[in-house]
Amino acid sequence: MDWNSATATDIARSIASGSLTARDVIGETITRLDRLEPGLHSFLSVRNHDDLVREAEAIDRAGTKAGPLAGLPIAVKDNICTVDLPTSCGSRILEGYRSPYDATVVERIRAAGGILIGKANLDEFGMGSSTENSAFGPTRNPWDEKRVPGGSSGGSAAAVSAGQAILALGSDTGGSIRQPAAYSGLVGLKPTYGAVSRYGLVAFASSLDQIGPLGRTVADTALLYDVISGYDPRDSTSVPGSRPATARSLDRTDLKGIKIGIPEEYFTDGLDPEIERAVRLGIEALVDAGAETVSISIPHTRFAISAYYLVADSEASANLARYDGVRYGYRDSQADDLDSMYCSTRQIGFGTEVKRRILIGTYALSSGYYDAWYLQAMKVRGLIAIDFERAFEKCDFLVTPTTPTAAFLLGEKSDDPLAMYLSDIYTISANLAGLPALSVPCGLTGNGLPIGIQFMGKPWNEPVLFAAGRHLEKRLAPIGCPGEESTS
Amino acid sequence: MSGDRTYETVIGLEVHAHLLTETKIFCGCENRFGAPPNSLVCPVCLGMPGVLPVLNEQAVELAIRAGLAFECTIHERSIFARKNYFYPDLPKGYQISQFEEPICEGGRVPLPDGSEVALIRIHLEEDAGKSFHPENGGDHSFVDLNRCGVPLIEIVSTPTIRSPDMAYDFLVSLKQILEFTGISDCNMEEGSLRCDANVSLRPAGEINLGTKTELKNLNSFRAVRDGLKVEIARQEKVLRSGGEIVQETLLWDAAAQKVVTMRTKEESHDYRYFPEPDLPPLILTAERLEAARSQLPELPVGMRIRFAEAYGLREYDAAVLTGSAELARFFEETVAHFPDPNQAANFVLGPFLRLMKEKNLGWADLPITPARLAGLLDLLAEGSISAASARNVLESMAATGRDAARLTESLGLTQISDDGAIRSVVREVLDGNAPQVAEYLAGKEKVFGFLVGQVMKATRGKGNPKVVTPIMKEELAGRAGKKRG
Repeated sequence: MDWNSATATDIARSIASGSLTARDVIGETITRLDRLEPGLHSFLSVRNHDDLVREAEAIDRAGTKAGPLAGLPIAVKDNICTVDLPTSCGSRILEGYRSPYDATVVERIRAAGGILIGKANLDEFGMGSSTENSAFGPTRNPWDEKRVPGGSSGGSAAAVSAGQAILALGSDTGGSIRQPAAYSGLVGLKPTYGAVSRYGLVAFASSLDQIGPLGRTVADTALLYDVISGYDPRDSTSVPGSRPATARSLDRTDLKGIKIGIPEEYFTDGLDPEIERAVRLGIEALVDAGAETVSISIPHTRFAISAYYLVADSEASANLARYDGVRYGYRDSQADDLDSMYCSTRQIGFGTEVKRRILIGTYALSSGYYDAWYLQAMKVRGLIAIDFERAFEKCDFLVTPTTPTAAFLLGEKSDDPLAMYLSDIYTISANLAGLPALSVPCGLTGNGLPIGIQFMGKPWNEPVLFAAGRHLEKRLAPIGCPGEESTS
Repeated sequence: MSGDRTYETVIGLEVHAHLLTETKIFCGCENRFGAPPNSLVCPVCLGMPGVLPVLNEQAVELAIRAGLAFECTIHERSIFARKNYFYPDLPKGYQISQFEEPICEGGRVPLPDGSEVALIRIHLEEDAGKSFHPENGGDHSFVDLNRCGVPLIEIVSTPTIRSPDMAYDFLVSLKQILEFTGISDCNMEEGSLRCDANVSLRPAGEINLGTKTELKNLNSFRAVRDGLKVEIARQEKVLRSGGEIVQETLLWDAAAQKVVTMRTKEESHDYRYFPEPDLPPLILTAERLEAARSQLPELPVGMRIRFAEAYGLREYDAAVLTGSAELARFFEETVAHFPDPNQAANFVLGPFLRLMKEKNLGWADLPITPARLAGLLDLLAEGSISAASARNVLESMAATGRDAARLTESLGLTQISDDGAIRSVVREVLDGNAPQVAEYLAGKEKVFGFLVGQVMKATRGKGNPKVVTPIMKEELAGRAGKKRG
């Protein structure tokens, strides 16, 4: 098996048929992980090798009963709670923090035979688009180590892209799965809001956050999505009712009768022409598969970034209030009274971007400003949701670029928060409207950097998005793996 | 110039009542008072990273019941909101409450004089933990998070309470209704009922409200009444001397009988309320409200009328017996075993309540069951025991938990009602007190009491007076005949 291009689906099949053991897979993964760390810095913590080997051997003994993810090494973003590794959220304020419980998604992965290999680096509390906002140093893009892997799930993306894990979990509040998937040549899904339990996901913006899978192929991503999705009574925003497994929809023979909407607002200034060309080629490939295109409009798109940062930061200002030094995490023990302990703990414990967002959110919710900021942003959010509902009267899903540019250089946008925020311009609307959105690789730039194409669907239409992604995969030349020449 | 004005008092009360649920409002931890510190906690009520709230349906049920009991408008849709502030006993840094769309609005609390106080709203929320600052704690404070997430309703009155006494009556009536309906045990010592008061004065006839102060640390109904009296007097003095009231939050110091400033308006929190994104809107169906309505327990006013009518009790007795849910329940269970409600009422309201008070007995650990009390009433009614002995037996019942008949026997208090036995004692007494008998027969009827007393002495108090008296008269009459003859 070629480890550079091995997929989760292939490996799972080989383990099931006995041609490969989970022990072999974990051994190979550990070797690659050790070779690439700490250079890439995909991980903030990795499980003890002996424990990993023992777990793989147990899966080999369980045989066919081990579950759909049997023996697959999986990286988990470090804002998802695990009992056996710390959950730092990339923040000094939670450095070394150990959760007393496993997130629902982690329970589900373990029950499906998946092996948690380590906790992936991220922008602090998911706030960022490059993983440079991690308090523990940035992650590098395996395709070009001078560049960022995207963010905030940059560690998850880099790990899968470099073969340090076969699959990964990320979280997506405004594009934090899709943008790094695009930058790292991976498939990444932001599920419908309520599809995947948030219990155990350390909250950034509760009404926007959603955990989702990253994988090398559409089928890999669907495999993990089917395991982690489903109703969880511990999350009141999780939606009850059973839904068909998406993996089964992948074999759809063509896209006849499917209408894809091309929103004009997503193909304007700021979009790198190289990306636009690639995405247009992707659209042609879908048309070749039988789909029809319609031009549509999401008129309130231009307000999306403003609305997004007000809603997200308002919620964040409350969600991050619990990091006060009283019960767990970092505390400035030099302070001599309660108020100064609060202040200096949070001053020292949080990074610049996190503090910026807490300030913005606190301001937006303040008495006298609430109506003008938070409430107004919620109204815009409603209008954007209506825009999408109208669009979906004319088409089955929307196709857009995932990002306006390919991966940028480390440090390139660090001093310009607004430029950084703009890298999420195509992804945040799906979070505001609660829609599923999938990023799929769509060629390389002239510099050999991956490009992502995004499909945004109606709620619960993940199967349609996966089917379209699969057709795109079949029709486009594979982009290959980092460090090797494209096969095209 | 303001010296001779008369002022009108304006009081609004905010009452927090713990709900009698099995578990906390957003997690499965037990809702119980008195456990060791930080023993009734889990990641959810501790606000650990990544946890989410799940609403306790029993808490919703009790909030609906409150809405029905106080005749509020119960909204089909209500939303939860985050109230943001930093304090060590608030682990999430916000309290989940309701703000713009509460579960109940409007409603009223009836007062004993037949009037009522209108309510603004009732909303659901979680309680915070408790901080301790012990004197011997050095520079440390301690936090107990057992109370974190205990479900509460906050009941907010309109500012239409006009005096401290009216505030007191409001609270008594409110507590009575909450207890009767099983919504809250209203135990102020355990903090399951708490009250804050907003108070202001305005010149009589003025429509606009004056500047208010908020009074906290009111730990009993009496503290509410006393605190308000002191604060009203303070405000009136300020206004009469031409001063202005400062809007502030005050603490009542019951020991010193005075108010002290806790924080001024400038120091007040901006709570930055916004809708709780972790909880969807609470939607109540018409069926659910209907079911709750059909299961609403009897309210105090209805029960008082029923007691008077069904049991033929005096209005006053019916009112006192329905003054507390436990007392009413105890009385009803007693008369289920004993046929004379008035006699039962007399005994319960008399010796029984007196004993409970004297011995400081609570309903929860009361060793006397209604059935056993009915047993004692039976002995009293059939004359097997005197009223005085009944009180002794009651006391022993409370001390030992044994039944009345056995205690009466073992204490030797069984009343002698046997004609023959009494007659022989009477004859002995008359024989032994010839001078007094002669006096009686000579017309000095007062001596009769002395002679009966001698019989009681001889029977050690067990002679049934109802039997002794006629026999004594008979025997004396017999001796009068003999003397004449």
